[in-house]
Amino acid sequence: MARFLIRRTLLGLLVVAGVLALTFLIARVVPGDPAASWAGPHASPQQLAKARSALGLDKSAPAQIVDYFSGIVSGDWGTSIHTRRPVLDDLGTRLPPSIQLVVAGLILALVIGIPLGIVSAVWRGRLPDFFGRIVAVAGVSMPVFWLALLLQLLFFQRLHLLPVAGQYDPGLDDTNPLTTITNMTVVDAAITGNFAVLGSALEHLVLPAVVIAAYPAGLVARMVRGSLLETMGETHIRMVRALGFPEWQVYLRFALKPALNPVISILGLVFAYSLTNTFLVEAIFNWPGIGSYAADSVQSLDTPSIVGVALVVALLYVAANFIVDVVQASLDPRIRLR
Amino acid sequence: MTDVATAVTTRRRLLVPEALRGNYLVLGGGLVLLCLVLVAVFAPLLAPFPEDAANATHAANGLQPPSSAHWFGTDQVGRDIFSRVLYGTRVSLEISALVLIAAVAVGVPLGVAAGYFGGFIDDVIMRVTDVFLAFPALLLALALAAVLGASAENATLALAITWWPWYARLARGQAASVAGRQYIESARALGLSNFRIIGRHVLPNSLTPVLVQMSLDAGGVIITVAGLSFLGLGAQDPTPEWGLMVAHGQAFFTTHWWVATFPGVAILLAAMAFNLVGDGLREALDPKRVIFR
Repeated sequence: MARFLIRRTLLGLLVVAGVLALTFLIARVVPGDPAASWAGPHASPQQLAKARSALGLDKSAPAQIVDYFSGIVSGDWGTSIHTRRPVLDDLGTRLPPSIQLVVAGLILALVIGIPLGIVSAVWRGRLPDFFGRIVAVAGVSMPVFWLALLLQLLFFQRLHLLPVAGQYDPGLDDTNPLTTITNMTVVDAAITGNFAVLGSALEHLVLPAVVIAAYPAGLVARMVRGSLLETMGETHIRMVRALGFPEWQVYLRFALKPALNPVISILGLVFAYSLTNTFLVEAIFNWPGIGSYAADSVQSLDTPSIVGVALVVALLYVAANFIVDVVQASLDPRIRLR
Repeated sequence: MTDVATAVTTRRRLLVPEALRGNYLVLGGGLVLLCLVLVAVFAPLLAPFPEDAANATHAANGLQPPSSAHWFGTDQVGRDIFSRVLYGTRVSLEISALVLIAAVAVGVPLGVAAGYFGGFIDDVIMRVTDVFLAFPALLLALALAAVLGASAENATLALAITWWPWYARLARGQAASVAGRQYIESARALGLSNFRIIGRHVLPNSLTPVLVQMSLDAGGVIITVAGLSFLGLGAQDPTPEWGLMVAHGQAFFTTHWWVATFPGVAILLAAMAFNLVGDGLREALDPKRVIFR
């Protein structure tokens, strides 16, 4: 296990270095001459040279990369053009609401996807399977931004059932002010025992979480169906059947656990994918997360912020995959030997 | 040994229709897909107002609800949404074909090289793909499109850059599993060049899963392109791109639901058709593989 951990950590660090190099490339090399855009359109050669040295562009390429790396490591991620705050501070306030949203979406996805996959596998080729697969395929094929609009129209405008904007009712700020600790409203409200805000926050969470859950729920349902069917063909299942266990126990007690393994292995990927789906969804629900931040940054061509978002999401992805790998390895000794 | 390879491919070819028989979901998906291709090809004949897919505007006729003249209603500048949705099929199919062809052209040779040669080459190529895979498609495309400027061409380029590593990985796995087989060793012993061995014996083995993956990915590309356009980073007005049309409809969605609804249905239908067909092909050709995305 120690060897696996060391190997996996080194690999993770290598990917992180590559991610930094790629964001450096996007930030510095692609937009043509950054000094020209820094100095303005009518800059004299002297002003250009000045901008060049101010941005560190007169140094050699390796020195520039070192500057960039050390800046990232020491917490200097540049200044956002549209908020005029340090990018890292912006990310600190904007990331937690998105993580809350994505985690809620993933939980919902597992709660919907796993039973859906089981139903499809148990009644393979019959009517429940037919509908189960249509729902699953619709989930992975859903344009989330469109689903968000539809749900808003249906639940807010027509049915008046659920709120559609923000994280909780702003009117509660006067009666039950929320103490900010983690920037995740549900968590903060629960810790501080602010149940008025907690209820409102959960209500506000439902629609965006359902939208975020659409893709992972479909994916999980498909995977559970496929891997459950595969597991059902294995010898230990024949053994269990021969021993006379009832069919529901064969599925739920003996087949489901090994069948969930591949689902666990993709959770890291799905987490990152869902985080990017917030780019499309948060603006619609007026959710103050990293997704609406990214959308705003794009509108104002705010390169430092965009690179910051790209970097933090990529790092989260690497971290999530690392955790998933370690969890899997601790559950399944065979993986450690690869 | 070529005989064996031919036998395997013919057997597979025979298997496809047989496995698809009775699978109504896959057949349904295939039928929708066929319709989409036909619509894309014959859009000028099918669309009642072809000029509305381009620069035409009829401000007096704006935001009309669906009627017998305008089946899907009209948008904010009075263009017929039905015609634009039909033309949108062209845009979406074209972009996803370009993205996937580019991704395969870059990813498959790299992956095959990594899997066939192994060792140092393998390590280098696979670490590079790891880095690219750390950026979810929409994210890297967003960053690139923002930096390069917003246009359908740049969105296509950005998506191709984000999609090739998946094919590199896939092709590597296939090539690596073949590289150790005896018939490859004997081909080497016969003195065939690496180039020839790869071209004749390794590459053909990777093609089936690559094709299945392409049909599955086409749906993903369509959704991602629509997403980029929705954010304003893809196709620009007056291009009849579905995601862009949903974005236009967003502003007055609560009062004029049809503007955003019909293009959205088109995205969903197209993506579902590709996913169903891809699923069916995968199950028919190789039931054990589980693919993400």
